[in-house]
Amino acid sequence: MTTSTTEALMPFDDVLAAYDPALGLEVHVELNTASKMFCGCPAEFGGEPNAGVCPTCLGLPGAMPVVNGKAVESAIRIGLALNCDIAEWCRFARKNYFYPDMPKNFQTSQYDEPIAFDGWMDVDVEGETYRVEIERAHMEEDTGKSLHVGGSTGRIHGADHSLVDYNRAGIPLIEIVTRPILGAGEKAPEVAKAYVAQLRELIVALGVSEARMDQGNLRADVNLSLSPKGSGTLGTRTETKNVNSFRSVERAVRYEMQRHAAILTSGGSILQETRHWHEDTGITTSGRVKSDAEDYRYFPEPDLVPVAPSREWVEELRGTLPENPTARRARLQAEWGFSDLEMRDTVGAGALGLVEETIAAGAAPQAARKWWLGELARRSNEDGVDLVDLPITPADVARIQALVDEKVVNDKLARQVFEGVLAGEGTPDEVVEKRGLAVVSDDGALGAAVDNAIAANPDVADKIRDGKVAAAGALIGAVMKEMRGQADAGRVRELILEKLA
Amino acid sequence: MPEITRDEVAHLATLARIDLSDAELDHLAPQLSVILDSVASITGVAGDDVPPTSHALPLTNVFREDVVVPGLTAEEALAGAPEVEEQRFSVPRILGEEA
Amino acid sequence: MTEIVRSTAATLAERIAAGEVTSVQLTEAHLDRIDAVDGAVHAFLHVDRDGALADAAESDARRARGQARGPLDGVPVAVKDVLTTRGLPTTCGSKILEGWVPPYDATVVTRLREAGLPILGKTNMDEFAMGSSTEHSAYGPTRNPWDLDRIPGGSGGGSAAAVAAFEAPLAIGTDTGGSIRQPGAVTGTVGVKPTYGGVSRYGLVALANSLDQAGPVTRTVLDAAMLHDVIGGHDPRDSTSIAQEWPSFTEAARAGATGDMTGVKVGVITELAGEGWQPGVMARFQESVDLLVKAGAEVVEVSCPSFVHALAAYYLILPAEASSNLAKFDAMRFGLRVTPEGSPSAEDVMRATRDAGFGDEVKRRIILGTYALSSGYYDAYYGQAQKIRTLISRDFDAAFARVDVLVSPTAPTTAFKLGEKLDDPMAMYLNDLATIPANLAGVPGISVPNGLADEDGLPSGFQVLAPALADDRVYRVGAALEAIHAEQWGGPLLDKAPELETE
Repeated sequence: MTTSTTEALMPFDDVLAAYDPALGLEVHVELNTASKMFCGCPAEFGGEPNAGVCPTCLGLPGAMPVVNGKAVESAIRIGLALNCDIAEWCRFARKNYFYPDMPKNFQTSQYDEPIAFDGWMDVDVEGETYRVEIERAHMEEDTGKSLHVGGSTGRIHGADHSLVDYNRAGIPLIEIVTRPILGAGEKAPEVAKAYVAQLRELIVALGVSEARMDQGNLRADVNLSLSPKGSGTLGTRTETKNVNSFRSVERAVRYEMQRHAAILTSGGSILQETRHWHEDTGITTSGRVKSDAEDYRYFPEPDLVPVAPSREWVEELRGTLPENPTARRARLQAEWGFSDLEMRDTVGAGALGLVEETIAAGAAPQAARKWWLGELARRSNEDGVDLVDLPITPADVARIQALVDEKVVNDKLARQVFEGVLAGEGTPDEVVEKRGLAVVSDDGALGAAVDNAIAANPDVADKIRDGKVAAAGALIGAVMKEMRGQADAGRVRELILEKLA
Repeated sequence: MPEITRDEVAHLATLARIDLSDAELDHLAPQLSVILDSVASITGVAGDDVPPTSHALPLTNVFREDVVVPGLTAEEALAGAPEVEEQRFSVPRILGEEA
Repeated sequence: MTEIVRSTAATLAERIAAGEVTSVQLTEAHLDRIDAVDGAVHAFLHVDRDGALADAAESDARRARGQARGPLDGVPVAVKDVLTTRGLPTTCGSKILEGWVPPYDATVVTRLREAGLPILGKTNMDEFAMGSSTEHSAYGPTRNPWDLDRIPGGSGGGSAAAVAAFEAPLAIGTDTGGSIRQPGAVTGTVGVKPTYGGVSRYGLVALANSLDQAGPVTRTVLDAAMLHDVIGGHDPRDSTSIAQEWPSFTEAARAGATGDMTGVKVGVITELAGEGWQPGVMARFQESVDLLVKAGAEVVEVSCPSFVHALAAYYLILPAEASSNLAKFDAMRFGLRVTPEGSPSAEDVMRATRDAGFGDEVKRRIILGTYALSSGYYDAYYGQAQKIRTLISRDFDAAFARVDVLVSPTAPTTAFKLGEKLDDPMAMYLNDLATIPANLAGVPGISVPNGLADEDGLPSGFQVLAPALADDRVYRVGAALEAIHAEQWGGPLLDKAPELETE
């Protein structure tokens, strides 16, 4: 097994001069149904280990699956939202392979008869629209979760043994697979990121999943191959797993493009394999080699009967779909009065839904945009997490803006409130309270500070008395310094001018 | 006549995670060839016009309400486990990748 | 042997209801009979004396309060060890499950408990129901009460031998390709495979999910019908379970017991005769067909040309499904764990455990099934076998358009000697030639005792098949033939079985 971390990379621009990238994305969406895909256990991961299981999801001998109707409904709605055809008749199939976190040693999935197929999604990247073709969306079940014990890092390699919790086993998943995305060229990393971000927005709008990448509700596998520029062929691909943020999707594509190009240019060939993305180091390492040994022996699941959604049901579900993403963006832009550039940046940052929710919580559109694309975007970059994964809600952001509007804090103090909320110190109001951040506009407290400032700067005071009102700035600065920034600057100015009139 | 070689049986045993001994391989390969020879008689019996039957009776759309029902307690779930640690199933080290 | 254990379940039910005997008394009597003869027969893998007596005492108490739950409340039953029983070991005849105690009951078991039947214990079987002789049990073979050197059929030889040896009045079997009917034939007892979906499979450790069906194993057709009425019906935990109301099979059996076959059209299947069929078995079969004609039935010969491919299709579909079903036996969550020397990985442990825990026949079929599902072979084998199923169903449809029921001998031969076919898998597989088509098409079938073959004086069976959902017909015709036979023989066939030595 190769775990080399020193693989050669080709500069990105050079990659594009010689090769065309082909992308493919497989996204797993964990549904937010109450119960699991094939049994009545709670579809919640976490909690007391192995307390959310039954004979079926634990794979005990004799137990049988029964399909969760709500999961089928969610699958159909996702399919429709992705402009897919919905199968008139399809079956579940067993994907046979041994792995300790998979209770039955086969995954109940769908094979050549997916519930939804042949769809597309338009993805906006920096003002250009890329149509991503969807090959299929199918239903399957999640596996258990292993803790690796022994070894140094809690990782699988070098572990002495593993401890498995099957609470997650059987939670419904929808796997959405794209056709190869060609022609993205230098924008390939951004297109990959935008696809996942905009797919997430669609899933959230459908209400079928929490769709948090950091929580594993949404998982992306990134396929990438390069072909000689203009050849029109498809090269050997790698499949990078464990990519759990939008920005990692982008970085992983960029990394693999550079790695593939270096290998191909030096006369080597790409090994068809899975790769693992390492968030901390920003590289991929070799996983399992895909070979003929990978023979899943699919066959129709005999314990389940076919799913044959009536056309009436499908049309009824079509009626429940949210507004399509393109129309939605146009509507929001008009409502918010954003310029094209502002809208593009908002979408590009994966912040459309966040801004929308912040506005819904009472903030003005420009204020909502300013915080998410300013202060919070900076923090998400620094911390290496997506905006949605920051520990702050749109309601928090709207509340902080309200505090500014109410003059409880000023812009500068508002940044400290953000810091406090992100640090887990509580709600914006609690942070203001705990950190004592409210600005002082009470004349008694301010008056004393103003008097001190005047006393400490007699020459400046004289200038003001002489009518040089502009000199007030220096005294305001002194007051602010004394009050650690928590003074209402407007009121301070008024008091200075009154006292020195 | 379809032959199934000793190597093929060894490969299938690997897929099926059975550690067959040499003696077992020697014994099994010819037996499987005999069985396969007999069952191979059906090759080509049914043409493309015959649909496959995966279920004896043509039921469709058997769904469950999305309702949580009580399952096992953790104690019951773990009762049959060969080894338990921290209320989890303890399994030997796993070869392969991060799940 | 006390007379009570020779009674039919229907009679026992009447006697309990009349207050002539208590459930505790007759449960005790059967437990004593097990103690006396099971050392020789080995029908049971596990006997639950305490549990059965406690259930019996509760049954008696219920009845005393006037709250009996149904006709069979208090009549004990034996359960094939392939159905999960909460708190009782369930091994499927395999070393890999030795000592496993399931935390849940199969639906069939739940229904037995709800109807008040004390569970005597778990019966022996070929490992994971793979076999036709019960010799593939990891815990040693069951012996045929008619001749202890012979096989009791399989895979449910334990259940059949238990009722044939009067160790239990009723038993549950499972039938994937004949595992209820063929043991019935060779032990002179009654076995019914219901319509696929008629009895819940939840908790039945799957051999081949699309073929498996649990059903009654008894000494009379009426007893089978009464037991079927208890265990049958829709179960929301089994997606393949049929959601419909079923007629009373007890009524159907009682109606048939008049022996009148007037107006019933019977088809004799052309393909289930000829080379390999024991002359004595065929002679008894022909006599019974003649008796049915005499009783008023109209008999015609019906050809089902695709049946000749049934065995081959079966031995592709079954191993394929089984290879996947048995993957879960991997030493991680339950059952045996064999840890090789050194610092083995999970995969090493799986491989070693599966080698040590599975017997030869199971390994053979897992390898065969893995092959049949492998890419490159799927279409030629598994795919083709699924098409044969379609052809066989079409044959049944065409036949049942002409006749009400189809009949054949249940098995080609009487019981063979232990060990005789153990290392010749194909010879063993041929035992199920006549029973397999019903499983492939999902239709119901019964085997009723059909007299003794002249060559060896051993029992043979008469099989009646009906269209899917028409299980009542197999009870009606089976009961009619049983009544005609009783008149002919002057009593049940089992009266002719030798007395077993008791310990």
